[in-house]
Amino acid sequence: MSQVNRISASLSNPQIDRVKTLNFTFDGKAFTGHPGDTLASALLANNVQLMGRSFKYHRPRGPLSAGSEEPNALVELRSGARQEPNTRATTAELFEGLEARSQNRWPSLTFDALAINDKLNAFFAAGFYYKTFMWPAAFWEKIYEPIIRRAAGLGSMSRLEDPDEYDKGFLHCDLLIIGAGPAGLMAALTAGRAGLRVILADEDFRMGGRLNAETYTVGDQTGADWTVGTVAELSSLPNIRLMPRTTILGAFDHGIYSAVERVSDHLVKPLAGKPRQTLWRIYSAHAMLAGGATERPIAFENNDRPCIMLAASLRTYANRWGVSVGDRVAIFTNNDDGLRTATDLQAKGVDVVAVIDNRKGGALLPGIRHLQGAEVVDTQGRLGLKSIMIRKPDGKIETIEATALGVSGGWNPNVNITSHHRSKPQWRDDIAAFVPGTGGPQNLVAVGAAAGDFSTHAALKSGAEAAQKIAKALGKKASFTLPLAEDAPIAIAPLWHVQSGKGRAWIDQQNDVTVKDIKLAHQENFTSVEHMKRYTTLGMATDQGKTSSVIGLAIMAELAGQTIPETGTTIYRPPYTPVAIGALGGRSRGKKFKPFRLTPSHKWATEQGAIFVEVGNWLRTQWIPRAGETTWRQSVDREVLQTRNSAGICDVTTLGKIDIQGTDVGLFLDRIYANTFSTLAIGKCRYGLMLREDGMVFDDGTTARMGEFEYVMTTTTANALTVFRHLEYCRQCLWPDLDVQLISTTEAWAQYSVAGPNARKLLQKIVDQDISDAAFPYMGAGNITVCGGLRARLFRISFSGELAYEIAVPTRYGDAMIRRLVEAGAEFDAVVYGTEALGVMRIEKGHVAGGELNGQSSALNMGLGKMVSKKKDSIGMAMSQREGMNVANGYRLVGVKPVDPAQKITAGSHFLEIDAENTAANDGGWLTSKVFSPHIGCDIALGYLKAGDQKIGQKMRVVNFLGSGVVDTEVEIVSPHFFDPEGARLRA
Amino acid sequence: MLNALTALGHDAPKTITIGDLTITERFDVALASVAVRRGRDKDFARQAKAAGLPLSRASTAETGQVYSTFWMTPEMWMVEASFATHEDIAAILKIALGDAASVTEQTDAWVRFDVTAPNLTPLLERLSNVDLATKPAGFASRTAIDHLGVYMIKQSATEITLYGPRASAQSLLHALEVTANSIL
Repeated sequence: MSQVNRISASLSNPQIDRVKTLNFTFDGKAFTGHPGDTLASALLANNVQLMGRSFKYHRPRGPLSAGSEEPNALVELRSGARQEPNTRATTAELFEGLEARSQNRWPSLTFDALAINDKLNAFFAAGFYYKTFMWPAAFWEKIYEPIIRRAAGLGSMSRLEDPDEYDKGFLHCDLLIIGAGPAGLMAALTAGRAGLRVILADEDFRMGGRLNAETYTVGDQTGADWTVGTVAELSSLPNIRLMPRTTILGAFDHGIYSAVERVSDHLVKPLAGKPRQTLWRIYSAHAMLAGGATERPIAFENNDRPCIMLAASLRTYANRWGVSVGDRVAIFTNNDDGLRTATDLQAKGVDVVAVIDNRKGGALLPGIRHLQGAEVVDTQGRLGLKSIMIRKPDGKIETIEATALGVSGGWNPNVNITSHHRSKPQWRDDIAAFVPGTGGPQNLVAVGAAAGDFSTHAALKSGAEAAQKIAKALGKKASFTLPLAEDAPIAIAPLWHVQSGKGRAWIDQQNDVTVKDIKLAHQENFTSVEHMKRYTTLGMATDQGKTSSVIGLAIMAELAGQTIPETGTTIYRPPYTPVAIGALGGRSRGKKFKPFRLTPSHKWATEQGAIFVEVGNWLRTQWIPRAGETTWRQSVDREVLQTRNSAGICDVTTLGKIDIQGTDVGLFLDRIYANTFSTLAIGKCRYGLMLREDGMVFDDGTTARMGEFEYVMTTTTANALTVFRHLEYCRQCLWPDLDVQLISTTEAWAQYSVAGPNARKLLQKIVDQDISDAAFPYMGAGNITVCGGLRARLFRISFSGELAYEIAVPTRYGDAMIRRLVEAGAEFDAVVYGTEALGVMRIEKGHVAGGELNGQSSALNMGLGKMVSKKKDSIGMAMSQREGMNVANGYRLVGVKPVDPAQKITAGSHFLEIDAENTAANDGGWLTSKVFSPHIGCDIALGYLKAGDQKIGQKMRVVNFLGSGVVDTEVEIVSPHFFDPEGARLRA
Repeated sequence: MLNALTALGHDAPKTITIGDLTITERFDVALASVAVRRGRDKDFARQAKAAGLPLSRASTAETGQVYSTFWMTPEMWMVEASFATHEDIAAILKIALGDAASVTEQTDAWVRFDVTAPNLTPLLERLSNVDLATKPAGFASRTAIDHLGVYMIKQSATEITLYGPRASAQSLLHALEVTANSIL
């Protein structure tokens, strides 16, 4: 029979739609439930109490709770790529077609072979892994740890790519209310009516909190009906944003909170285009924690069997979902709230066999066997509860048949978020619980049960009053009228664990931590709560100890002879509940992980079948293969040779371009660069070297003087942003008295290098002005026009060592420009080359780039020491003159080629003398960049070699220690200028 | 002369409609940054006024007859004008402002998208941390959308202008499209 535990409609009016039926499966077996159910409530309705196995001992477990604090009922939801492990059945909203499976068991939930761990529990006490598996040491990583991990884990991952999308967003409000129970709803009503911009977020799919789980009234309505009316009014207010299915994960600086909204988790799969979840960053002027409280259990022997759950959760299943957990129910309580469960269940026709109350005196419950001064000492039942053993005031033990037991050890305010800035919770004896302390996040107040105001009246009142106070602080006037509600006092006699027997009494059911483990930790001198937590793993599971940590530290306090506040709490940290990694990633995944920057020639290059390489966010042409070329080297060699033989064209737009203007630019650049720029003539460029404060080279590039007070700086592609930031810092902070203005123009101009002996002939076909050597000499720069009048810029600079120019046009004309250059170059057999050929030519020429500009090298190391002018002050100049940076045997840039041209060398290889042993002490330096030079016909490299300038012509070895074997090659140390060292070609 | 391509790589600007939201690429606006030279505030203000340059206050944009501006940072504005009449906008402004300002052509450094929808909030709250719903028309700010630095101008309750880096035009449009689809 389906849903046998559903309480009849005549006795119960739960918040489910009994008219509609939802089909779902658990471990392959089909069940039905109703809209409004959670997976746990539907399974319990179908008399399925066993939902999982415990982490360490593989003990059979059912749900302990009815909410997000759940430690036991963790299941895998969905299948295939959407399979999600460790999902709480108590919060998973039921939907048609839901697939759920139990986890951490083999071969089945009812028969789990690893339950043998339970028999071997003596070997698995707290810290067992620190004491066992010690020998042989080599076994730990390969044998012990993998076995333990396989045995211990919880759910499993599909190992398939997540098919869903996730989103991120930003919200702003005057008041963020965390939790939509009585306090949160009343606060939202008060603040909303006063015109505040309010966000009301609740992790549940149904707002109302405990009002949905109780039978008492608010005003002249049931709590649930009052909630419906209140939510309806809030929905009508344009200044209120209601966010159900939204968990506030953490409090951060300046009133910022993070939240995850489960947009589609209640659906089989997200609707087309919709995200599964959205991670929100909420900017709030004020925030209010109305997150309620969590009931805590009492530790006694075998208190972890299925159908032993928190008493208020039993009540919730009955009141909210119309589900009776067990047909013979007992209650074990130390406070009046436990008594409510008994009366509510009895009113719904459930057989309440006994109420075991550790307190003595007071009124007895009418019509129920109410045993005062008694305790539960043990339970029986393997896969479900069968009976409980109680100790009566006279010490006699009695066994009572019971199929469910509700336990209430009192309530812990959910202080978690108030402690995210390390505020310490404060202990209140009257409620035997911690409440939020002082010094929490600024402008965050706790209200209702989260502040220890447990009655419905107190919760409504504290929410309304806090909202009124916040409205006043924001210059708004708020008023409220409280509906009548129960205001029962708190009556509790603290009881943390029952002293009886030698069996195990569970505290943290998810991590299988027992009272014995706490005692052992104390015995072994782990007396700080932080140490106890880590040694026993108490509270370190996915539930973060929501039901266990206070009991653990209370027992610790008993053992240490301290009070609970003296013992203190551990630190609460975000996130409040587990978050899918996908939600943290948002839209940034796969090819959308970051935005791309496309060069002006990208469209043309794509048409040519270019191979692209990521350079930061840029996609640059790496090489362009031609028909018949089967390896990248063939393409690159061809591009190099064609350029050196005739002409080559390369898109160099990616180099940073910074427009610097102002009457003090010359002085500014003299301070920025190690060499002098104030003397640069208008219409000329100069290579510049920029140092960091510590004297190391920061960046290099050419800067052109376009007018008296106007310069255009070029940076490396990699440092375009950091150089701009550096210039802004210098301008604004170091020398605010200078008249200097900056703006990036990197993307405003499409810039192409045209290099090779025929570069001038090619360009002259496009450029409107005379660019002969006399009219436009080496290192010339100027504004020109092309193609009959289009404004452009021309720089006669060379990275390849060839006669070369860089020509720039407004970016919108960049595509047309590359096509025009290719067309004009056809008669010269000009080629478009990519970054690989660029790299080959710059190494042939001995120009430094990424491998040499490694942040640890000075100008002297690079052979550019003379560029550091001592006639003026500049950033890094003084530090570059330190004695240690100027030793004669320091690293110097050298060129390297193999003695046998057929031999290969590898970048990163280390220099060693011919007869030296392969030891670190003999290390002479390393190869920074290596290419095959089609011009020279062998591998060539640049490298930093100790006293390299004194070793030109010597034979050495370069040794690569990485990879499958040591590669040892004899090389000749040469000048880093392999090609045209006199520079005749570039001045042609 | 050379043919121009839009930032999205087409011969003509595109308009994309997703539900009631429209994204229009603008290709007809010339841009230049103007920054006041040190100590030349008064000269600059006088010459800007003579040139018809409306200097917007901090975090705002202002529309004029020929030129519009939006504020970038203290003593620095971006000037907008019709591309058809002001393609060489920097040269024109340099003449107008003389040596009281530093002027730099910015037209092709940016892609401009005009986005319209009856309610822009659901889109923008998923893209930017600017609380645009509470800002008046004319509000202008630099913000980040999908890791990209973007200038955002609120033209009206139903229209915004975004200036994003031109080289990342397709990535910015992709972010707009994906988000627009997610809120349909």
